[in-house]
Amino acid sequence: MTTIADSQVELAAPTGREEAWRFTPLRQLRGIHEQLNDPSQISIDVDAASGVSFTWADTATQAPTSGPTDWASSIARAATTRTAVVTIARDVEVDSPTVLAVTGGGIENPQVGHIVINAEPFSKATIVIDHGGSSTYSENVDINVGDGAQVTVLMVQTWSDDTVHLSRQHAVVGRDATFRSFVASFGGQVVRIVPTVEYTAPGGSAELLGAFFADAGQHLEHRSLVDHSVPHCRSNVMYKGALKGDPEAGAAGVAHTVWVGDVIIRAAAIGTETYEVNRNLVLTDAARADSVPNLEIETGEIAGAGHASATGRFDDEQLFYLQSRGIPADVATRLVVRGFFADVINRLNVPDWQLRLANIIDAELGLEGIEEGSDDE
Amino acid sequence: MSVLEIRDLHVSVDAEGGAREILRGVDLTVKSGETHAIMGPNGSGKSTLAYSIAGHPKYTITSGTVTLDGEDVLAMTVDERARAGMFLAMQYPVEVPGVSVSNFLRTSVTAIRGEAPKLRTWVKEMKGAMDALSMDPAFAERNVNEGFSGGEKKRHEILQMELLQPKIAILDETDSGLDVDALKVVSEGVNRVAASGEVGVLLITHYTRILRYIRPDFVHVFVDGRIVAEGGAELADELEAHGYDQYVKAAASA
Repeated sequence: MTTIADSQVELAAPTGREEAWRFTPLRQLRGIHEQLNDPSQISIDVDAASGVSFTWADTATQAPTSGPTDWASSIARAATTRTAVVTIARDVEVDSPTVLAVTGGGIENPQVGHIVINAEPFSKATIVIDHGGSSTYSENVDINVGDGAQVTVLMVQTWSDDTVHLSRQHAVVGRDATFRSFVASFGGQVVRIVPTVEYTAPGGSAELLGAFFADAGQHLEHRSLVDHSVPHCRSNVMYKGALKGDPEAGAAGVAHTVWVGDVIIRAAAIGTETYEVNRNLVLTDAARADSVPNLEIETGEIAGAGHASATGRFDDEQLFYLQSRGIPADVATRLVVRGFFADVINRLNVPDWQLRLANIIDAELGLEGIEEGSDDE
Repeated sequence: MSVLEIRDLHVSVDAEGGAREILRGVDLTVKSGETHAIMGPNGSGKSTLAYSIAGHPKYTITSGTVTLDGEDVLAMTVDERARAGMFLAMQYPVEVPGVSVSNFLRTSVTAIRGEAPKLRTWVKEMKGAMDALSMDPAFAERNVNEGFSGGEKKRHEILQMELLQPKIAILDETDSGLDVDALKVVSEGVNRVAASGEVGVLLITHYTRILRYIRPDFVHVFVDGRIVAEGGAELADELEAHGYDQYVKAAASA
């Protein structure tokens, strides 16, 4: 069996037999996992908050990533010529989010992109990478969280139905630094996101959060990896997903989600505390949720390590209970689904975007704008 | 003045080997201001009666009628029944993770009343109702039924009944699993609602214990899917003394 640690560098294009690619519908990727024909640079519009600086840089001048790379991310990096660099200077704390709007340029020719976020020591900021439009897109994101810095990176995928999106996101977390990643995937035909984390010194903390909602014909895949190689760091992974397929539409109607949560605690990483959880809410037939937590522990001297995974159908007893209190079925369904996502969305410390994600989920349910009496107090 | 009329109600559930009839011809009339107790042994179909009237999809009505002020209750969806004035306090209310009690109550009150209550008066109303049931204000911020004790679940059901002000309230074994203090608090809530004279109460119970705190106007003995004896509060005293045996034996030999 391939261990997590062995599978971090890919030297050839995947065939689908690899552990890391076994769930992915390679034939739908338009070849971008093998080679990039005539790639172009993706459009990125940046709205930098005051105190955050943004520049375009020659990708060749950027340091290579220290994180795990797969073949697709390697060839994407090689084909990228310009890097969007976001810098938060030392000691600067910024409350309002900096938004990078990534807009697809159509599905015909592949697009590539590279984003670097440098949070210098003791800085604090929120960065939103907001993906939309039609694209065949392969992306690399590198995040450096300096000592004592606090960084939240929210990646939102509200792509059009025909988009293919491969993304690798790697964070390097410094001493006593706090990194929070939130991946919110709703649109796209195939979306495969690989958020990875390493620590450079003790005291680091990483929270990897995710919310996703797959409709008929969508494949939404999230594979996180937290590599604990230094002592006394923490990680917490929570991904929650809903699936709503179309049972009338045959194979094309299946909603498919994949969550794989890898955590390695290496021999040196004493005092590690880690927990990961994935929950999936199946709203219809024609839905498939794969959920695989992997925990490799090479030292017994840890503070705690655990994982949980559960996939369950929408509970008709909940619906009956709410309806028996006069609440119409559509409002009741929305309450239950919002409730399901509440704990993960409440951990996103960006109120405007919390509300936006809740509204996107309502829209996915087809239940936006219905009457109700609960404006959140 | 409201009237719930149940006529010759037959109900079955899907079971191994086909449909199984549980209610076998129930007749009952409940009017505003009246308190009825339905008493019977386990498995007699008492809860089936409650859930069938509320519209739980597990139960199939095979014949009979249920009307509220002449309106056909059985033709209504579950939420329409509640908006028409029916309420069921459940024995095992379900958890709704991520939905706070205050959000749930306000959504429910809005649906029943047809408009959202003004926030200022609503908070006062909810706090007052919770206080009457000796519920901590922090309770409103907890998720619906999640981690509630048995007593908390029942108080929460009665809280809903007091806020929703139904025409007919059915209480399914609300007394089960309660200690004496909780039983008193819950009973006081039911008595407050009954004292208004505007609500008909149908109290379903296995034990006579709750009838020390809630005095029924009518007692119905329920055995094997139908009412086999009826009387006033004195019938409950007789059941307390002698149990259900004579009724069970009579039903078996019938």
